[in-house]
Amino acid sequence: MRHIYLDYNATTPVAPTVREAMAPFFAEHFGNPSSGHSLGRACREAIEDARSHLARLLGAESDEILFTSGGTESDNLALCGVMMRGGPPFTGHLVISAFEHPAVAQPAKFLARLGCQVSIVPVTRHGVVDPDAVRSALRPNTRLVSVMHANNEIGTIQPIREVAEICRSRGVLVHTDASQTIGKVRTAVDEMSVDLLTVAGHKVYAPKGVGALYVRRGTALDPFLCGAGHESGLRPGTENTPYIVGLGRAAKLAMKSLDDTTDQLAELRDRLAKTLREGTRTELPIHGESSPRLPNTLSVAFPGLSGAEILARAPDLCASTGSACHSTAITMSPTLAAIGLAPETAHGTIRLSVGWYTTRDEVDRGAQLLLDAWESLSDASRL
Amino acid sequence: MRAPVYLDNHATTRVDPRVVDAMVPCFVDLFGNPGSTSHRFGHAAKRAVDESRARIAAVIGASDREIVFTSGATESNNLAIRGVAERSRAADRHLISIATEHKSVLDPLRRLARKGCSITILPVARGDDRTGRIEPERIAESIGNETRLVSVMLANNEIGTIQPIREIGRICRERGVLLHCDATQAVGKLAVRVDELDVDLMSFTAHKIYGPKGVGALYVRRAEGRVRLEPQIDGGGQEGGLRSGTLNVPGIVGFAKAIDLCEEERAHEAPRLAALRDTLYDRLVREIPGVSLNGPPLDQADRRLAGNLSCSFAGVDGEALMIAMGDLAVSSGSACTSANPEPSHVLRALGLDDDLVRASLRFGIGRFNTLEEIDFAARTIRDAVIRLRGLRDSS
Repeated sequence: MRHIYLDYNATTPVAPTVREAMAPFFAEHFGNPSSGHSLGRACREAIEDARSHLARLLGAESDEILFTSGGTESDNLALCGVMMRGGPPFTGHLVISAFEHPAVAQPAKFLARLGCQVSIVPVTRHGVVDPDAVRSALRPNTRLVSVMHANNEIGTIQPIREVAEICRSRGVLVHTDASQTIGKVRTAVDEMSVDLLTVAGHKVYAPKGVGALYVRRGTALDPFLCGAGHESGLRPGTENTPYIVGLGRAAKLAMKSLDDTTDQLAELRDRLAKTLREGTRTELPIHGESSPRLPNTLSVAFPGLSGAEILARAPDLCASTGSACHSTAITMSPTLAAIGLAPETAHGTIRLSVGWYTTRDEVDRGAQLLLDAWESLSDASRL
Repeated sequence: MRAPVYLDNHATTRVDPRVVDAMVPCFVDLFGNPGSTSHRFGHAAKRAVDESRARIAAVIGASDREIVFTSGATESNNLAIRGVAERSRAADRHLISIATEHKSVLDPLRRLARKGCSITILPVARGDDRTGRIEPERIAESIGNETRLVSVMLANNEIGTIQPIREIGRICRERGVLLHCDATQAVGKLAVRVDELDVDLMSFTAHKIYGPKGVGALYVRRAEGRVRLEPQIDGGGQEGGLRSGTLNVPGIVGFAKAIDLCEEERAHEAPRLAALRDTLYDRLVREIPGVSLNGPPLDQADRRLAGNLSCSFAGVDGEALMIAMGDLAVSSGSACTSANPEPSHVLRALGLDDDLVRASLRFGIGRFNTLEEIDFAARTIRDAVIRLRGLRDSS
């Protein structure tokens, strides 16, 4: 294939076995899972099977998994479900990190408008939340701390366990958006000690339009959509059986290959970084390089140039500059701002993310395309 | 004939194979994130979404920018009702709806009531009229100065009643009140055009019209007075900020294909479904004593959905009846509540007593049903009713 897709953090293709698993649930086993007849029951069983696969990947119990329409909904449900419980008035305190995905940052703003107190803890220039900063942000009325498991732009993995231990001793709930970590690194809820965890299907080779929220037993949430009592009353709406089956299969695939995947992705990512660095005498900063990072993510700055212009000169390479959800915005992405990058460094930053289907050849060609684009732009700017 | 015979098309529908064919490439080649503006995978996905949006908008007489994609009708109903209420001043928080609405309308209203909104739920039964139709005058009488929104469904999911939305729309327009219409059971089955109906917000979904589950839409009027809503899911700002979250590209493409197919086939499909439905009802009343019809008369095509039938079988329990008819998939109420079987609030709202409510079945006849299946259904129901009544009489 001519085009080289290095944007797996934006979205992933649906894995062939996931597609196969989904296929019979469109036209054959098409019932409404809530229907009492055999067609409904077949779907109900398939959904419960998918739930158990996802539970296993997270080291959770099946009844702790809620299916949603995606990561954004899961994040909204987690934040609003905890913070709006028992209100109005909404008086609780919420703590989030400075580089959360908009799916967390925006509901936090909404909650602030409703009267909740919201604190934003900074991240270090290495792209990591300092657990002590979280500790000092806690107040007597803090209900929830939400820190993403790994950042979507620079890939730094957060010390969720340390954060959670601090919170647990203070009776504060912890949510983590694990959209970027599922299938790439371990995401066991007990190891992280979290109460709520977001899963986005389309980041893990399942389709767009399905996600999940892990809700630890005993965690009280207010439902967010209202309707008939699907998903234990927490998420009404006819279940999207094929997509849920797809997410279950993706979880099974991720579980089976996790250790190998982590190594394989890291090897490709490191090869990409090495090729880029060897191809130029200019120093190319890699954001978060000294921190624990996702094995697949390389956020690299081409100083003095525009990342968007470099990508425009390499049209066969598919990568991103900001995060996909807001790449029309010309402002510095909140993540790059949060780690304190100078505007010109942020401007020249490109996010490259590899995945299950990335080959060494693609990595080599991708790096070369970038180097060529960089060189031609640098030449042009010297003229 | 394939078993089980599926006569539960109000609960959900088989995805039409032509729709599946349209969706499949989206999982493989069109997998980009429509929000990725820096590369061709993103552009291609966005183009597919844009084209689908335009087709869906055209079918319902809206413009592209008036369509907000959601995860389904439940979410659309929540967004419409809560979105309007949360954007209103505290003093303007009176909302009106009717007793036979779907739970995804009634539940958000109930929640708003707990939060201090004033809610009026109008009854639909009047004297002997058990059609479930709301008289537009009842809406007019209930509108006060503080009324912000009226929410009335287009067609009922249990008894098929088609509500006089055009008249209700005219009243709401005159009185300066917004009208939301849950058209989940109507779009694709009836000619539903927002430009002729005076609705401001309209919910609909793919999985009731041979499209996939997990994708729906909310029409939000922009022409002649834009409706302002408080978003319910915040994040990346997709869908004009009204509904954040990565778009379900295959689902949206499937939705457009599904609505197109319905539109193409509606003219001959509606009479075919009505004929099958009438055949079933005729057989049931002829062969089984004590069968009564719930909802509007069958011969009024403008008052009742073509594929809908709801009957009570005196002296029989609907749940037991369903179980006794293993190869026939129907429902005893709406699917969404059958996990939690309490008697249908719709049939209760018609004034049926609980015994008769429990003795009821809902049939939804759809695209893939044949006359042979209707014949099988009639025989199966007859045998099961007679057997259950025999058991009851002998015990």
